[in-house]
Amino acid sequence: MAVTRGFLGKRRGQEHRLPPGQYDVGGGWPVLTAEATPRLDPQRWTMTVDGLVSSPTTWTWDQLHELPPSSYVGDIHCVTTWSKFDVTFRGVSVDLLLEAAGPQPEAAYVMAHSTTGYTTNLPLADVTDGKAWVVWEYGGKPLPREHGGPVRLLVPHLYFWKSAKWVTRLELMAHDRRGFWEQNGYHDRGDPWAEQRYQGD
Amino acid sequence: MTDAPLPIEEVQAVETAWTTGIVIEKAQPTDDLVQLRVHVQDRIRHRPGQHYLIRLRAPDDYTAQRSYSVASDDDDPLVEFLVERLPDGEVSSHLYDVVEVGDELEVRGPIGRWFTWDTTTPAVVLVGGTGVVPAVAMLRTARRLGRTDLLRVVAVGRSPDHLPYRAELAKAGASLAYTRVSADTRAAGAPTADEVRPLLEGVELAYVCGSARFASYAETLLVDCGMPVEGIRVERFGPTG
Repeated sequence: MAVTRGFLGKRRGQEHRLPPGQYDVGGGWPVLTAEATPRLDPQRWTMTVDGLVSSPTTWTWDQLHELPPSSYVGDIHCVTTWSKFDVTFRGVSVDLLLEAAGPQPEAAYVMAHSTTGYTTNLPLADVTDGKAWVVWEYGGKPLPREHGGPVRLLVPHLYFWKSAKWVTRLELMAHDRRGFWEQNGYHDRGDPWAEQRYQGD
Repeated sequence: MTDAPLPIEEVQAVETAWTTGIVIEKAQPTDDLVQLRVHVQDRIRHRPGQHYLIRLRAPDDYTAQRSYSVASDDDDPLVEFLVERLPDGEVSSHLYDVVEVGDELEVRGPIGRWFTWDTTTPAVVLVGGTGVVPAVAMLRTARRLGRTDLLRVVAVGRSPDHLPYRAELAKAGASLAYTRVSADTRAAGAPTADEVRPLLEGVELAYVCGSARFASYAETLLVDCGMPVEGIRVERFGPTG
């Protein structure tokens, strides 16, 4: 592609941390949702792992908090081209939830469901081995409602639409099925470093 | 763009690729807005509510890209964008300050299959500031089809000077609301439940587009007025505190 006449680029210095086509949003944290922001009572919210598992399991808010906590400190990347450096989330590793539910051998994909009906699909390998969390704290404070509070999925190595807000269920599947944005043109996997933004990338 | 519009299923099947856009017209309606009308090579038809990516490329191959809603109807030979120049905006300030008619930009679109109007469903559209852009595309399409009766648009700005496409929106039957100044018979303030509730009769979908703060207000208002949550589609932009 041709050089844009007169464009030099302003945002320099952290390119090694920025996947292609991304920019550093700095202190801001854009809110992007397709649906109205729900108001959830944590005491009535539950988290379920089901589908191709030996023991479908549901946790209440209190039960989830009794699991050993874990944190993510690092960067996040949104398909709308902002990246945010050095964020801290706290919650539990998805590995712990899967361990309790016991994925069956043929389980190869996960569909994350939110309380709003939003869905997003992921290869099981992208949410195991310390790569994904269910989180309720951001920067040491309760996760704000507009960012998925009280609880969201966190899969920071993929574009952030995979980190479903208001997550309530992880459904294990043998075959891949497209989630909400994936049906609407987004990529099935969403690796920022491979710039997998839209179907066909 | 001489062929008949494609049915939505076929539009959705199209995968978009980067192509070249040539700036044919440039206007600066205010000191922070730039309107670009672009000829897109190998253009794919769009539905009202969709957006494009615009990508800028430096001599060392550094790139920056942002997405911008389309203001134009699909039968317009050019694709129209309205861009707000942000104080530290890398792409928006280039589009405002540097771009000239005849310049080439890398563009990719149309994108987005959710925040689109299918041209037949009665809908309420609540938009604020530069969030009016997809509403403009919807109204232009509705006007071409003779179906402006299907869209009930409420466009909100701080003042008339902060409401892009104000005259066109008013002419197309949109309700205009200013939060900081009184105009005609309407006192300053955000749209109220009393103003919005009557618009929801017979409506199946609601579209909200604007800043995060505006979108939160508009969503809550719609729900308070009885709009089912699952019928609300939202496009919000900008940072949150």
